[in-house]
Amino acid sequence: MTAYDAERLAELISALPPAPEGWVRAAQQLPRARKALDEIVARARADARFRAALLADLESTLAQAGYEPETALLDAVRTRLSLP
Amino acid sequence: MSALSDGQLVARCRTGDDAAWNELVERFSRYVYAISSQAFRLSDHDAEDVFQDVFAKVYEHLPRLRDDEAIRPWLAQLTRRCCIDRLRSGGREQASGDELEPPGVDETLLRLDDALAVHDALNALSEGCREILDRFFARDESYHTIGEALAIPPGTIASRISRCLGKLRDALEGRTPAGAASGRQVTR
Repeated sequence: MTAYDAERLAELISALPPAPEGWVRAAQQLPRARKALDEIVARARADARFRAALLADLESTLAQAGYEPETALLDAVRTRLSLP
Repeated sequence: MSALSDGQLVARCRTGDDAAWNELVERFSRYVYAISSQAFRLSDHDAEDVFQDVFAKVYEHLPRLRDDEAIRPWLAQLTRRCCIDRLRSGGREQASGDELEPPGVDETLLRLDDALAVHDALNALSEGCREILDRFFARDESYHTIGEALAIPPGTIASRISRCLGKLRDALEGRTPAGAASGRQVTR
């Protein structure tokens, strides 16, 4: 490996600035989001009334069911359940 | 958690350990971000999409990773592929991966591999050194901001930086280089 003088070390530390916090947080929440999505899909498949409520008003139904209706979750539920 | 090797961390993630997943994202977030923004020069919007896409794929495919210690080259290749896909979806569907890559990608990836090794060594230093070097060089903070955040006189910051760089160099020269991560062995 190349010798590390102060200038080179400074350059290499600078080469990796932090990613925006929001991006990191969103990626860290991925397992929880996937779990929530799986639960919603399973319930919608087992419970016709819940599915009908999702079709009628996705955002409110999810909020009432205790989920944070974030855009990513709404999009994912629409895709998985082929909702409009 | 931060003391775990890459392989140990991956193994914990595979068991569904949320704290391990948080650490994995934290450990490699800068690297993924730098590949998309520096090597591929994506806009913030595209870089964000690539960032989320990469970690979604990592989460999905982690159980099938054959060698847990090989996450770095795998991650680099995955990011590279996502960047190319992004460029392709931006209107140059007919172009091959090679044509879509900006000039100098391989060289930038080599530099980022070295930078990642330096950051590994940085993380092994005392919190004081880690903070001051990261804030000054990676976060581009002023002496004044650093002094306030770390409650140290701004007049002592230059000498602390110099001392900590010395410790970092000692740490790097006294250890086995970290495994090459990305461009070196990537087959396209």
